[in-house]
Amino acid sequence: MNETNDNILNEVTQGDYKYGFVTDIDTETIPKGLNEDVVRLISAKKNEPEFMLEWRLKAFRHWQTLTMPTWAHLTIPEISYQDIIYYAAPKQQAKYASLDEVDPELLETFDKLGIPLNERNHLAGVAVDAVMDSISVKTTFRETLAEKGIIFCSMSEAIREHPDLVKKYLGSVVPSTDNFFAALNSAVFSDGSFCYVPKGIRCPMELSTYFRINAANTGQFERTLLIADEGAYVSYLEGCTAPQRDENQLHAAVVELVAMENAEIKYSTVQNWYPGNKEGKGGIYNFVTKRGICKGANSKISWTQVETGSAITWKYPSCILRGDNSSAEFYSVAVTNNHQQADTGTKMIHIGKNTRSRIVSKGISAGLSNNSYRGLVKVTRGAENARNFSQCDSLLLGSKCGSHTFPYLEVDNKTAKVEHEATTSKIGEDQIFYCNQRGISTEDAVGLIVNGYAREVLNQLPMEFAVEAQKLLAISLEGSVG
Amino acid sequence: MLTIKDLKASINGKEILKGINLQVNPGEVHAIMGPNGSGKSTLASVLTGRDYAEVTHGKVSFLGEDLLDMVPEDRARKGIFLSFQYPVEIPGVSMVNFLKTAINEHRKFKGLPALSASEFLKLMREKKEIVEISSNLTNRAVNEGFSGGEKKKNEIFQMALLEPKLSILDETDSGLDIDALRICANGVNKLKTAENATIVITHYQRLLDYIVPDFVHVLMNGQIVKSGTKELAYELEEKGYDWIKKEVFGTEDAQ
Repeated sequence: MNETNDNILNEVTQGDYKYGFVTDIDTETIPKGLNEDVVRLISAKKNEPEFMLEWRLKAFRHWQTLTMPTWAHLTIPEISYQDIIYYAAPKQQAKYASLDEVDPELLETFDKLGIPLNERNHLAGVAVDAVMDSISVKTTFRETLAEKGIIFCSMSEAIREHPDLVKKYLGSVVPSTDNFFAALNSAVFSDGSFCYVPKGIRCPMELSTYFRINAANTGQFERTLLIADEGAYVSYLEGCTAPQRDENQLHAAVVELVAMENAEIKYSTVQNWYPGNKEGKGGIYNFVTKRGICKGANSKISWTQVETGSAITWKYPSCILRGDNSSAEFYSVAVTNNHQQADTGTKMIHIGKNTRSRIVSKGISAGLSNNSYRGLVKVTRGAENARNFSQCDSLLLGSKCGSHTFPYLEVDNKTAKVEHEATTSKIGEDQIFYCNQRGISTEDAVGLIVNGYAREVLNQLPMEFAVEAQKLLAISLEGSVG
Repeated sequence: MLTIKDLKASINGKEILKGINLQVNPGEVHAIMGPNGSGKSTLASVLTGRDYAEVTHGKVSFLGEDLLDMVPEDRARKGIFLSFQYPVEIPGVSMVNFLKTAINEHRKFKGLPALSASEFLKLMREKKEIVEISSNLTNRAVNEGFSGGEKKKNEIFQMALLEPKLSILDETDSGLDIDALRICANGVNKLKTAENATIVITHYQRLLDYIVPDFVHVLMNGQIVKSGTKELAYELEEKGYDWIKKEVFGTEDAQ
């Protein structure tokens, strides 16, 4: 692309972040810094049973022996873990019996974000757990779900009310010692969502968690655990936003999925944390460990992610295909603009026989950003007839951004079939002009072309969110193309 | 409708158009013919606002307004349509989504309300008949996997939907077999009214058997060197371009 086009490109990618407001609400915070006392304090604030405190302390002690990973294609400024506040909660009681008790400011915040917590006003057929800073504010449709035996609640409640399930599954997919950020999360996580779908039950509605960081200088560490028992099905969506601030904020979450025999879990993410300003100041560090296990035969896990936010993203939603005939999918669109950096991808670990996995990754880079796909396909010795298909496409907008692909293959079984396809393309001036000539502005043309490019992934999203995701893609690239 | 006055344009500093003058009135069909490299496609680019050609001199007015001042999408919305020589593929973008966006942009520009999905589909069905385009094409992504002939039919289909005031057909006959050529040309003829005008850019006289021009202009070395009626096209077909070179430049190699 020539210079004029780069200029137009710059103009088009200057869109503004629309969720950067701060809610003025009384927040209870603890002093900044991290030590064993802080871990104890968090556990005490949540009235946790003893086993949880032990679990946290073990994780914390392990974390102290670790250093931050540096293998990703990212430039991460030094993070001072003693300057972060590890617990912040909107003041008031921990959980509201009815909406009337919820601070109107809080309700308004979620309304503004398009997440009404009033069940009557809500998107039909979606149950929401709303998490602000360190605590879950409200979970909708709990009674409807409870009739089917489905447990959908905040992680804190699950620990108190379903300690056996938590004890059995927490850390079973992502051990507290898994990696630097997972260990940190295990030590200090404050809330998150928990879901258990019993045997043979098909969850009748989409479940959704909405994460919002509000307080300044805090980190958000949430933990999500989803279990689909034999023959169960659940579709889950998470969304997230944060205020616009000059400082960077750390978000280190852990998500664990467990699919038993014949169960299916569909997990979708629309990640829209504040990405920082055009000069690269501020924004969320999104360092997340997500992993699922297809534990039983014929089980299925599908990850779909639309990643548009965060200053830095480090995230590899993965699957362990342990059950025979189990299958896993990873569909991803990652957009980076301005100074954003993303190193994201997946790991597919084939252990069971006849296991299948599919990876479709679409990277879109604009501005001065850097976007990497990193993926591992591992076929262990006993995984007879494993199949993998990977497709990794990159789309570049402009000439100052970077796009990289790091595929790793480890195949220890001769019957495995592993295919990898990769393409890199630039958004064509020809395509944009063709749209212009039909009366479509350059900005709208970019939206159309990018959505077309990402369609295979967007098609995987639950319908209620596909439209939002499409708009988000266009907005994220607003001001970026010519 | 369209007045071009002493238009000069360069690409990477090399002058390609060296003073074009042309007047197009409503209801007229103009053919612009010329050998390869004479500047035909550059003229189409300049009129539609493709930015690789730089206008260095001259004026173009369209419906009384300065055309060169407008961004490409506004030129399109005002009624200039280009049937591309090489229509691009836009993977993943459905024809329906693309055309609905385009139509509604045109309507917004004219202050009309957007068409609903059902209104649009009805309109699409009507217009499909004009170019005998099949549903399996309109259900696909824009030009993706279309044959050469299908791409050109699709251009005329879009012309039918957008109802332009001035259509520029850039080498619409290239790569077409005789049946597709006939269908495209018939489509163009059906869309002709007393209010709109067409500029047909072509190499060969063949297309002009179907789309009969009121005027034929010969573009050579960046200038219109000869204008006439359709008889001129027959003469060119018979004798080639060399005799004009001789007549105009006094030599056979005019560059």
